[in-house]
Amino acid sequence: MYHLKASLATTRRIIEQLEHDKRTIALMFLAPTLLMSLLAWVFSDNKNVFDMVAPAMLGVFPFIIMFLVTSITTLRERTGGTLERLMAMPVGKGDIVAGYGLAFALFGAVQSLITSAVAIYLLDLKVDGPMWFVVLVALLDTVLGVALGLMTSAFARTEFQAVQFMPALILPQILVCGLFLPLDKLPDVLETIAYCLPLTYAVDALNLVTKHSDITSEMWRDIAVVCGFILAALVLASLTLRRRTK
Amino acid sequence: MSAITAKQLVVTKSRKTILGPLDLHIESGTITGLIGPSGSGKTTLMRSIVGVQKFGGKLTVLDEVAGSRSLRKKIGYVTQSPAVYSDLTIEQNLRYFGTLVGASSKHISATIQTVQLETHAKQLVESLSGGQKARVSLAVALLGDPELLVLDEPTVGLDPLLRNDLWGLFVELAESGKTLLVSSHVMDEAERCENLLLIREGQVLWNDTRDKLLAHTKTSNVGDAFVASISQSVEESN
Repeated sequence: MYHLKASLATTRRIIEQLEHDKRTIALMFLAPTLLMSLLAWVFSDNKNVFDMVAPAMLGVFPFIIMFLVTSITTLRERTGGTLERLMAMPVGKGDIVAGYGLAFALFGAVQSLITSAVAIYLLDLKVDGPMWFVVLVALLDTVLGVALGLMTSAFARTEFQAVQFMPALILPQILVCGLFLPLDKLPDVLETIAYCLPLTYAVDALNLVTKHSDITSEMWRDIAVVCGFILAALVLASLTLRRRTK
Repeated sequence: MSAITAKQLVVTKSRKTILGPLDLHIESGTITGLIGPSGSGKTTLMRSIVGVQKFGGKLTVLDEVAGSRSLRKKIGYVTQSPAVYSDLTIEQNLRYFGTLVGASSKHISATIQTVQLETHAKQLVESLSGGQKARVSLAVALLGDPELLVLDEPTVGLDPLLRNDLWGLFVELAESGKTLLVSSHVMDEAERCENLLLIREGQVLWNDTRDKLLAHTKTSNVGDAFVASISQSVEESN
């Protein structure tokens, strides 16, 4: 009971913090939409290419943005001394991570709903499969970005370092996740590596939904794998919080 | 009854001993001034007591090993720089930390009054002055009515009148049975403490009442007494 209360209080606190930061909220909600519109414009003479690429981007854009937002916010908590204060209080490490996860997942949910709605209704994105599945995967990608951001912020000492984790950890995943080339066309070693990375499964699910009108077992497998990665990253994140320093 | 006892307490960081080995003893219901120059190990000692610093040797706080889970409800800790959320209002900060330590909303508003910030309650912390921020941080430590208050330089940069008020509050808290450990590098603050813990280069120079210190060193103020005890300890070690 206490842990639930502490997690929810943490979620509420983070939402209140962001409420005072209108610019971040605007960026969080508008940036993926603007990127999606740009993508539609780029492919305006090749609408079928847009329909192929856009679903994967619905997952990738919020993934990147939430990764950045989460790792910076968590790092600020570490460097600002509030984390040390929390660690001297009865609150559990898992409560804090859960509170963070939930708060940003809520923002991510709104973000992926806005982006998907714009893609479908304004940019006329067409997929063969059900649209709710696209939104579900986009949402999971957002939460994945949150979970990875929480985890990696432990390894950064400054905000400058935290931002560098984006090209170091996120961009390689985007290169090998099957977005540029189908996985079976990659060199063997890269293909094996790709199957160990979470974004591969998220993009695979989004690629499948463009081609299949039904939801296949493969798509559910992808979802399950992404959820597994999210849980693992959250558990690792709470393990990297140190109550006592050396 | 003793609130804090240390026996052969040692803290090492990257193979360098930064605190101890030292013994100390703090009686409950007292105010102890932890006085020493910057870099002397004050913060490290305080962090060990509140349970966020690993240490060697024995350190007992309120009859339990320092760092025990059950102690977290009984200790209020104010870090040197105000550890509160600058992008929240005073009220939002206190409500959040209050929920974590199980304080009622009545207790939360009373605490805001205690540190004389009720007129600013709905203001963002980032818009406050340094002294006001320090008081928000102090208010957070007072939430949940802890038995032991560990305050790392809580009155730095405060208006003298306000500093006076806060010391009045500390005395009141000690009279109600709470134990306070207050660090400072300003000697005139030391004059206000009946008990003193002088430390320098990770070693305890004095751990007894101020009156005894002045008598022992034949000085009339803590600043001179500090110098006298340093030269005394240097002589002893030679």
